[in-house]
Amino acid sequence: MITHLLSAADLTRDDALLVLDTADELALVADRPVKKLPTLRGRTVVNLFFEDSTRTRISFEAAAKRLSADVINFSAKGSSVSKGETLKDTALTLEAMGADAVVIRHGASGAPHTLAHSGWINGSVINAGDGTHEHPTQALLDAFTMRRHLGSLEGRRVTIVGDVLHSRVARSNVLLLATLGAEVTLVAPPTLLPVGVEQWPCAQSYDLDGALVGADAVMMLRVQLERMNAAFFPSAREYSRRYGLDADRMATLPEHAIVMHPGPMNRGLEITAQVADSPRSVIVEQVTNGVSVRMAVLYLLLGGSASALGQATDAVEDVAS
Amino acid sequence: MTTSTGEPAPQMRAVLEAEDIQRALTRIAHEVLERNRGSDALVLLGIPTRGVPLAHRLAERIGSVEGAHVPCGSLDITMYRDDLRLKPARGLERTELPPEGIDDAVVVLVDDVLYSGRTIRAALDALGDLGRPRAVQLAVLVDRGHRELPIRADYVGKNLPTSQRETVRVLLHELDGRDAVLLSNGERP
Amino acid sequence: MSGSFLLRGVRPLGGEPTDLLLADGVVAGAGPDLDAAGAEVIEAGGLVALPGLVDLHTHLREPGREDAETVRSGSAAAAVGGFTAVHAMANTDPVADTAGVVEQVWHLGRTAGYCDVHPVGAVTVGLAGRELAELGAMADSAARVRVFSDDGRCVSDAVMMRRALEYVKAFDGVVAQHAQEPRLTEDAQMNEGPVSGALGLRGWPAVAEEAIIARDVLLAGHVGSRLHVCHVSTAGSVEIIRWAKGKGIDVTAEVTPHHLLLTDELVRSYDPRLKVNPPLRSADDVEAVRRGLADGTIDCVATDHAPHAVEDKDCEWASAAFGMIGLETALGVVAEAMVGTGLLDWAGVADRMAVRAARIGRLAGQGRPLAAGEPANVVLVDADARAVVDPAALVSRSRNTPYAGTVLPARPVATFLRGRLTARDGAVV
Repeated sequence: MITHLLSAADLTRDDALLVLDTADELALVADRPVKKLPTLRGRTVVNLFFEDSTRTRISFEAAAKRLSADVINFSAKGSSVSKGETLKDTALTLEAMGADAVVIRHGASGAPHTLAHSGWINGSVINAGDGTHEHPTQALLDAFTMRRHLGSLEGRRVTIVGDVLHSRVARSNVLLLATLGAEVTLVAPPTLLPVGVEQWPCAQSYDLDGALVGADAVMMLRVQLERMNAAFFPSAREYSRRYGLDADRMATLPEHAIVMHPGPMNRGLEITAQVADSPRSVIVEQVTNGVSVRMAVLYLLLGGSASALGQATDAVEDVAS
Repeated sequence: MTTSTGEPAPQMRAVLEAEDIQRALTRIAHEVLERNRGSDALVLLGIPTRGVPLAHRLAERIGSVEGAHVPCGSLDITMYRDDLRLKPARGLERTELPPEGIDDAVVVLVDDVLYSGRTIRAALDALGDLGRPRAVQLAVLVDRGHRELPIRADYVGKNLPTSQRETVRVLLHELDGRDAVLLSNGERP
Repeated sequence: MSGSFLLRGVRPLGGEPTDLLLADGVVAGAGPDLDAAGAEVIEAGGLVALPGLVDLHTHLREPGREDAETVRSGSAAAAVGGFTAVHAMANTDPVADTAGVVEQVWHLGRTAGYCDVHPVGAVTVGLAGRELAELGAMADSAARVRVFSDDGRCVSDAVMMRRALEYVKAFDGVVAQHAQEPRLTEDAQMNEGPVSGALGLRGWPAVAEEAIIARDVLLAGHVGSRLHVCHVSTAGSVEIIRWAKGKGIDVTAEVTPHHLLLTDELVRSYDPRLKVNPPLRSADDVEAVRRGLADGTIDCVATDHAPHAVEDKDCEWASAAFGMIGLETALGVVAEAMVGTGLLDWAGVADRMAVRAARIGRLAGQGRPLAAGEPANVVLVDADARAVVDPAALVSRSRNTPYAGTVLPARPVATFLRGRLTARDGAVV
């Protein structure tokens, strides 16, 4: 049993499908007059965000509130002066407030691991994005979105394009999609692929056009212009030309293929406005799906006496009562 | 047949066979129509797992008697259970409301076994968040007694007094390949 | 004779048992069945005797970070670990870049009296890499500095390194380089490799170490200077040093105990006690540095003992300080990595943990043979012991050891500094 969700690799195939199936049902809550379920009443979920992210924080907040949990938002910017004291002392304060779950976004890779294994808190730790390491709920909502449009992800071809080196979204997606049996291809200039990427459970390519052929889903990653100043690529123009998704490239995709982006987008850099707003783009839907998926994660971790994730699934007959 | 612990399973005997179940459902269908003076505004919602095929069978029977379509769906009550914290979180079942919705409808909840009444309590809470029915009625295949809440069924296939050591199992051919209601005697052979 | 010791039945360098008599600061006698003649008898049957260990690379944190360690606590930890001499690196606050600071550190060491503390002088003022520090003044000071290092920082400017290499020839000094090309390792957190890629931690590529070493050995050869390379950690570095020695370049090198034992795979736990500079490397690198130490390409083990206050390690990885303490576990780790694997015998350990380091540091009285007439700097080692490392029992002020709770072999049992017992059974005397 796993009490924390720190990495997409924490989830077995059964776990991942359980989350997605549960999210399927919870998505219906959004269409109800009363968008609430009583399930986590009395539980406290803390959003511990050390990095600005209105979108993800609101998504987790909506998810927790729809399950009737109490939500506490803690926005703490780590400064170089306070260093690690901020995380530990903050955690001890949260424990004193009785947090059942801490959703943490932090600029340092591994911060959720540190929080989960430190002994400072007793609740579940959910990684909402740590440095350039992982963002498991993003991968889950991406998989959920793909499944809605493509059906089972077994054997599906997914192309992920962009700054893989610095992308936690890429890492989590590669791990989760591999678990779900999809075939992933990473596309980036050589400077933006990490050393050792050949050992990841996916293919790599420097050629975007080749990697779009036959793709069922294309995921564009945000590229930061600061990387240009560190000589990862020479200019925005060259980056767009070689690695950007425009309408011409989109037209080479199969009919049914979808275009995704974790947001926020650099319209004109990695993705053109035309593509972002086209019917193929499921970018807005990804955001909506984020709430359902995060509801599923919170429910499965906190809804019962113990986490429902990380166990071998045995079909257990529930006798009617 | 042995249990997962390797012990021989308690002896199960059939207290209802397939024909008994057919007749009970037919009777309930007529009772529903009689009580509600027709099938107008009726919506049947089965409680997963076995309430759902039962609801569909009932809807079919009512529909064929009246010559009208009776909306039918399912209502998963997992999130409203009062015993969630006793076990790890369970996977959810399907909730599917018919397109007509339930506002101002007469909702007939359908379940296989009525026991403590807690499932129905949860179903009423779930319904409350989904809309405002004109009325809610309850049809069950088996009422085995031992209510822990003030809940009663409007339509009962069979009243089956049981002791709490006994187990009632409903089999339906949609899920189990045959129709039967089994009762264990709670004793080891 | 008061204050003298008869070590009965010791095995010098792991050889045949014999007796050693320590009196008046020297080994007064070595041979079977020596007469105690008033000396305190220590039944040392089965214990291995080594020359007192010499550490070329230690951080004693004083002046400036006395919360983490002081010269007194650090040299006490050294004595407990079996050391009779340590070199204290210059990255203190203020930096040890003047005669005044090095004399202060030297004086603190003498007052504490647990081991000989030899301050290392900074190569550049403030470690800033822009102007040479007064190396001559430090050499002439009471501290008699012979080893100079900007450790913590790399002397990355090629001209500055050349000048330093040339300048120290005047007083038989040596520049000890912390080899780390700064531009290739900006904000680097761990070894660059498959693990760093998976963990999302910025990589510290091996080439950033190797490129500097390659440049420096060529410079040293060109200007005819001695060069010492601190904490060698990669297979490529070992190869370059082997090549340079083969060419007759006067280069020496050290390796830390942790680079002989731990790999970057351990970092998957994100435990900040494993965060160190240079970082833990791959299994192939560990294998290569072990072989390098075994064949003498790497001359000595140097602990790079780096104490840190609790709050500097009790945090997320990116915020944690670099470094681990090591004086008290060095012998055990070396025994585990080198003796247990058959790569070195105890004579080899003596050579790599005392003899060569003393020579590099120009310490006349250290690393000497265990023979009559030689200074009585001796450590007795229980080679068969296996003990759990208990952080609470450590003598250092700091607790940042990755070995907490693990079992290490070969415990230092007694340490003698010029015939005076300084430490016994895990505590100073």
